[in-house]
This record gives sequence, C-alpha cells and structure tokens, in this order.
Amino acid sequence: MLSFVGRSIIQKIITLFFVSIVSFLIIHLAPGEPSQVDPLNPKFTPEMVERFRKEFHLDKPLYLQYVYFYRDLFTGKTVSWKDNQSVLRKIWERFLNSLPLFIVGTIITWTLSFPIGIRAAIFRGGFYDRSTTFFSYLLISIPGFFFAYILIIFVVTRFHVPVIGMETFGLGDASWLRLIMDRVWHLLLPSVLGATGGIAILSRYVRSQMLEVEGQDYVRTARAKGLPEEQVYYKHALRNALLPFVTMFGLILPGLIGGSVIIESIFSWPGMGRMAYEAILARDYPIILTVNFVSAVLVLAGTFVSDLLYLVVDPRIRL
Amino acid sequence: MRRRSRLQESWRLLKENRLAVIGLTIFILFFCIAFLGLVLTTGTDPTFDPARVRLQEKLQPPLSKPNLETLRPEEVPKLGVYLFGTDDLGRDVFARMLQGAWVSLTVGFVAVGISVLIGIFMGGIAGYFGQSNVRVDQVLATVVLLLGGGLLVFGARTPGVVLLVLGHVYILFSVWSKRIWGKRPIPKWMGVLYKDAISADTLIMRFVDIMLCFPSFFLILTVVALLPASMYNIMIVIGLTSWMGTTRFVRAEFLSLREQDFVTAARALGVNHWRIIFRHMIPNAMAPVLVSATIGIATAILTEAGLSFLGFGVPPPHATWGGILSDGKRFIFDAPWLTFAPGFAILIVVLSFNLFGEGLRDILNPKLRERN
Repeated sequence: MLSFVGRSIIQKIITLFFVSIVSFLIIHLAPGEPSQVDPLNPKFTPEMVERFRKEFHLDKPLYLQYVYFYRDLFTGKTVSWKDNQSVLRKIWERFLNSLPLFIVGTIITWTLSFPIGIRAAIFRGGFYDRSTTFFSYLLISIPGFFFAYILIIFVVTRFHVPVIGMETFGLGDASWLRLIMDRVWHLLLPSVLGATGGIAILSRYVRSQMLEVEGQDYVRTARAKGLPEEQVYYKHALRNALLPFVTMFGLILPGLIGGSVIIESIFSWPGMGRMAYEAILARDYPIILTVNFVSAVLVLAGTFVSDLLYLVVDPRIRL
Repeated sequence: MRRRSRLQESWRLLKENRLAVIGLTIFILFFCIAFLGLVLTTGTDPTFDPARVRLQEKLQPPLSKPNLETLRPEEVPKLGVYLFGTDDLGRDVFARMLQGAWVSLTVGFVAVGISVLIGIFMGGIAGYFGQSNVRVDQVLATVVLLLGGGLLVFGARTPGVVLLVLGHVYILFSVWSKRIWGKRPIPKWMGVLYKDAISADTLIMRFVDIMLCFPSFFLILTVVALLPASMYNIMIVIGLTSWMGTTRFVRAEFLSLREQDFVTAARALGVNHWRIIFRHMIPNAMAPVLVSATIGIATAILTEAGLSFLGFGVPPPHATWGGILSDGKRFIFDAPWLTFAPGFAILIVVLSFNLFGEGLRDILNPKLRERN
C-alpha cells in the first residue's frame, strides 16, 4: 500500500515535470511575441518594449525563462503581464466565482443521472429506455453554445428574468428574497448547461453498470430467494453497481478549474474559463501557463484519489 | 446453414439497429451536401454566392422572397427565395451554410485521420514492440537531435548545426558499427551506452499520460489562438491533441492479438514483422478504432464549431457553422434563424455520427455476432 502510494506520487511528479516543459514550449514556440502584441499602440515605444522584455526575463534564453517562471510560480510571485497583479490571487478570485457553477452543476448531474440510468436499466428495451438513450445522444451531440441560446430565448421570453452575468446590476437594496432569487436565476442556466453533457454520459454509464450487475449470480440468487424486486434492485444490484462511481469522484476534480470557456463567455460569468480565454486573447503567458499547470496538477491528483478510493472500496484489490 | 460473409452479416446487424441506419443515412446525405456545397459555392461565379452582400435585404426571415426591384439581376439568389433567410449584411444564409458544411466535413475527417494515424502508429509500436527496450544511446541520440533542432530554431545556428551533425554521425556510426564489429564483443566503455533504459511501451504510455494531463479544449484554444488563423492549423491541432484514446485501444488490441495463434503461426512461417503488423494484426484491431474514429469525427466537428464560435476558426470571409451562429448571436431575438439554422445543422450532423458510431460498436461486437 505505502509503496504503491510512494511509487505513484513519484510517477505523477515526473509526469508533471514533463507537462510543465511541454506546455512551456508550446506557448513559447508559437510565432509572435507578447511584447509585440500591440505594435500600433503609440504608448509602446521601443524603450518600453525593451523594459518589458527585461522585466519579464524575455531577453534571457528559453531554459532560463523556464527556470525563472516555475521558480516564481512556486514562490507565488508570478504576476500577470497585463496588469501586474499576482496570478495566484487572480486565479483564486475567479475560482471562487466558478465554484458555485461547479457545485450546482455537479449536484444536478449526480442527482439526475442515477434515477434516470437505474430506471432505464430496469425497463431496458422499453419505451423509457429507448427515449432516454436517444435523449442522451441528443445532449451529447448538441453544441453547448447553441443549447445555451435556446435556453436563453426560452427563459427570457417565458419568465422575463435576466440571465446574463452573475447578478443583476444596480438592484440596490431590494428585499433579500429578491436578491437571492436573482442569484439563483443567474446561476441556473450556466450550471444546467455545464451539467448536460455529464448527465448524458453518466446516466448511460449507470445503466450499463446496472445491466452488468444484473447478470451476476448473486442477483439471480436474491431473486430466487423470492425477495421483492425493489430490494433486489436497490440493495443487491445497485450497491455493487456503485463501485466504479466512487472512483469517479476523483475524476471530477479537474472540472474544478476547467470551467467552460464557451459557457462562461456566453453568460459573461467572471469565472476561470473566461479568465483563461481573456488571457489567451491578451497573450498573458503567466496566466495561461499557470492555469495549465494547475489543471494538470488537478488531473493527476484526481487519478491518484480515484486509485486510492478504489483500493479502499474494492476489497478484491490487494497490493 | 449457409455461411454469410462478414460484410453481409454486418449489414444484417446494421439493418436491425434503426438509429444507426438513420445515422448512416444522414451521414451520407451530409457528405453529398458538403461536396455539392463545395462545388456550388466556389469559383469566380458560384451558383450560390456566400459572400454576396445585399445591404437592402438584411435580416430577411427564412423563405422570404427577394425584393426584385432593389436588386441587380446578379444579386438575386438562384433559388428565387432566401431558404434560410439573410444575415445582418444581407448575405444568403443558405449559401453560407453550404460553404460551412465542407469546412465541418473536412475538419472532422482530416483531424480524425491525423489522430487515427498517430494512434495506430504509437499504439502499434507500444503493443507490438513494447517489450523491447530503448537503449541509453538511442535516448542520448534523440536528445542530442532534438536539442540541436531546438537550438537551430531559436537562432543559435552554430551549436545547433554541430549537435545535429553529431547526432546524425552517431546514427550512421551505430548502423556501420554493426557491420564493422560483427560478432566481436563490444568494448567495455561502450557497454554503458548499450544498457537498456526504458521499455518502448512505458515510454509511449507515459507520453500518453502526459498528453492526457492537458485540458483538451483549453489547449486547442491556446494553440489555435497563437498560430495564424487557418483551416489547416485547426485540423492539425485537433488531430495532434486527440490521438491518445486510439493509441490506448490499438495497444490493448495488439497486446491481446500478439498472443493469438494466427500471429504465432505467421511468425513461425518466418513472416516479417511489418507484414504481420499490417496484414494480420491491424485488420483485426480495426473495430474499436473505427468506432472511436466515428465518434471522434463528431467531437472534432463540435470542437471546430466551438472554436469558430469563439472567433478562432477559419478566417472571416469564409463561412463556418460556428461562425454564422456567432455572428447571429447579436440578433438572437430579432433574427433567431441565424442561431437555429447552423445550430440544428451541427446538432443533426454530430448526432448522426454519434448514432452511427454507437451502432457500429454493436455491429462489430463479436458477442452479438455469434448469437445466431
């Protein structure tokens, strides 16, 4: 057990090291330079460009830039090239904005897909099963931005509520109920959109897991004992079908920072995805690289957590 | 019972799966429309001109008739009606959709083609030659070559060229040394170089792990934004960032196929490696690759539409579905057809690929095949 943990941590650190190199190279090998972003801007005199290059070590060779960048990142001194603010603080602020979207989206995904998937498995081949199958393909195939506009048209024309942004600007001191409802309406659409793909995939997965367990001997035994169907499904089948989903808790970690670039820019939601998008537009390399690095850390941490959870949950796995 | 050929059997299974048949039909239809669109919207005097601006006819709803009095004869749409309406510059949305269809189709197919080629190559090496080790000298030579190339790109000419020459000299030397030395024992100081460093399988799969760490849409967005805007860049970038799944499938298939009797038999007959791989193993490993490729096309089309929507797609005068939708979002309440036409087009095409891919998975599944 301990040796497994140690080995996998070392392996993940090595992977992370290479990820840092690859992402650094991708960004810096691309044509164009950040100091040339705005050559027509009269404020950008050659002296300023020179100072800019010096300040951010852009005049140094590439490997030194790499060392400087990650040294600054680990000591928390990285600053955005755009406004000289600390990158980590900026990311943290935006992260707090994205967090409600992520939490609500995850709750919607997990609470909806289980009932849908289980019911589809119980009535497999029936009308319900076939229609949920079709709908899940529909949800996987629909482009997020198109679905977003359909929902916006629907909600705005039907309920007459504002949905863009995090809250209605200038609501002032309305009653607290009004303020809360305003927040909820603004939160609802982007988190539903974030959850659609998840619901479609997860409910299919729940269904196939249930069907697999369904064929096992212990389920047949339970049925042969004459247990009521309810008990067979929810006690014998479901509990065993749940096993792989425990590990999926680890795999949703990367979603924390991924955010959705497209959905956050449609809804003008000042979250991570939108910040990353703005950073890409502005060629703000420190932010792009930091977001990339942090999300790589989360992916690796997620797989690590899911491996550990598997170890804890599944007694058949011994190391 | 008459043995049916594999193709007939697949066709029979396909016909049973209604959703997959619908998917295939739309897929073929889309292919024809995209090809027709390419023919009809290009050239000096295209039948449907996607770039023709008619400011007096802007934001006409679908199926509306053009006002013949204000238009010059060459400006009148060939169908005599704006099938999908016009956009804010009075361009015919139908013509623009036709032009965009070809972009979606080629981006989907070329990107997946690239990723499948890389996937089969990497997965094949990992699965077939996985157990053989990469030697220290090979790693060193690669590092030297890469470093040389890198230095050359960054303007450090002299050291770059020196390293590149050194690397190539070493490769030539190692090829020659086998002939010169023959069976004689290798001197001790070179023994270090010939030590096994890491198995090919580990090397490739670790690389896959590294690639999987990147948030894919964000990575694609970054690279596409940094590179000059063009359709080919998008295809290549999507292809280069989506080969990991195929690699894993092919590797797993190859690992199990390598132990099969027909491969052992082929090896016993003295068939060389490449013939075994291409003639015996790849055809048998194609099933999961085909399925993931079909679904990959759907994903690639969605990714391209997303990029176009964010404004990083094919540069402007050329129409793409995501681009039409992005231009139309300002008029979402006044001219919803600008959102719905491309949106439904993307939805239907992606859905058809997904349905067909899932159907294909069932058809190629041997468990279903043997049932009767």
